[in-house]
Amino acid sequence: MAEFSLPANSKVGVGKTVNAAGGAKRTKTFKIYRWSPDDGQNPRVDTYVVDLDKFGPMVLDAIIYIKNELDSTLTFRRSCREGICGSCAMNIDGTNTLACLKAIEDVAGDVKIYPLPHLPVVKDLVPDVNHIYAQLASVKPWLQTQSPAPPDRERLQSPEDRARLDGLYECILCFCCSTSCPSYWWNGDRYLGPAVLLQAYRWIADSRDEMTGERLDNLEDPFRLYRCHTIMNCTQTCPKGLNPAKAIAEIKKLMVARR
Amino acid sequence: MANDTAKQLRNPLQKARGLGSAKHGAEHWWGQRLTSLALIPLTLWFVLGVIGHLGADHAAFQAWMRSPVTAAMMILTVAVTFHHAASGMQVVYEDYLHVEWQKLAADIVTKFLCYGLAAACIVSVLKLSFGA
Repeated sequence: MAEFSLPANSKVGVGKTVNAAGGAKRTKTFKIYRWSPDDGQNPRVDTYVVDLDKFGPMVLDAIIYIKNELDSTLTFRRSCREGICGSCAMNIDGTNTLACLKAIEDVAGDVKIYPLPHLPVVKDLVPDVNHIYAQLASVKPWLQTQSPAPPDRERLQSPEDRARLDGLYECILCFCCSTSCPSYWWNGDRYLGPAVLLQAYRWIADSRDEMTGERLDNLEDPFRLYRCHTIMNCTQTCPKGLNPAKAIAEIKKLMVARR
Repeated sequence: MANDTAKQLRNPLQKARGLGSAKHGAEHWWGQRLTSLALIPLTLWFVLGVIGHLGADHAAFQAWMRSPVTAAMMILTVAVTFHHAASGMQVVYEDYLHVEWQKLAADIVTKFLCYGLAAACIVSVLKLSFGA
């Protein structure tokens, strides 16, 4: 059966509290999931009370401040701090999003931060995304053709055909969508999930790609594709405003069209 | 434990590619949509038909069922309903049952039950319709 409660060694306890808001005019409390593979302890939620005037406006600014000034053991991924690398995807205030694009002032009350749901945790806010990367590789997200490339120029694409990739090419592979999807939680070993299916459709929709049939063959499977039940969490949570559910629906339409 | 270790030694792509694509699923998905669509008028007809015979005696109901249109609609309602139920439950089992034999057993029991009940209903309709 699907698991509806956490195993005993995953029950989340209460951790330490660090109050660094002495004399502050504006304070905020951050409650952050912590787990280390090295100490044999259960996960815990640590509390940091901080002075909002000491760092920038985004949640990423806050956790960088906490790591630099209050607790250097806090572990998370980040790189570009402007919503284009997808590294700082985490669950903030109950929703998967990018810490660098989430304004602290948009969170009412305490800011609760957890790793992306239902993935193995490497440490603290760092999830193990090896399986999703492997699933991405399995859909061969690159241009595949039978005909050789023209010797004297690029493979051309009309502006109209290029426009069909809008809303698809912008995906930064942060996996907020896949890890928000209950179907992916229950059957992520076989279901490809919204992020990978959106990437699959990005190449199916590409006018220059000549392997559309083979790509559809690879996806036509009760688990790889049809675990999508249009729950729409993916579209709701996408920090880039994309619509993976629509991409999946387009794949399903093509499956019917080629019968 | 040995099995877990063996799994950890596998390349992630080996796990992701798994047994490969089943290369089916479109027919099942399309069948569910078609039966859903068909069930809108069929259910409406069935509910209105039953409401229309509230308080009627057995003879009046039997007279209604003797109409070929009523019998045809009733058989369609039964067949589509049970087919849709069996197909929908299969998806629910695939979603939530993760032990292979449980999934298989639940699907077999559901299909036998649904198609058995459908057959019983259709025979009843025919008996009423032909006045046995």
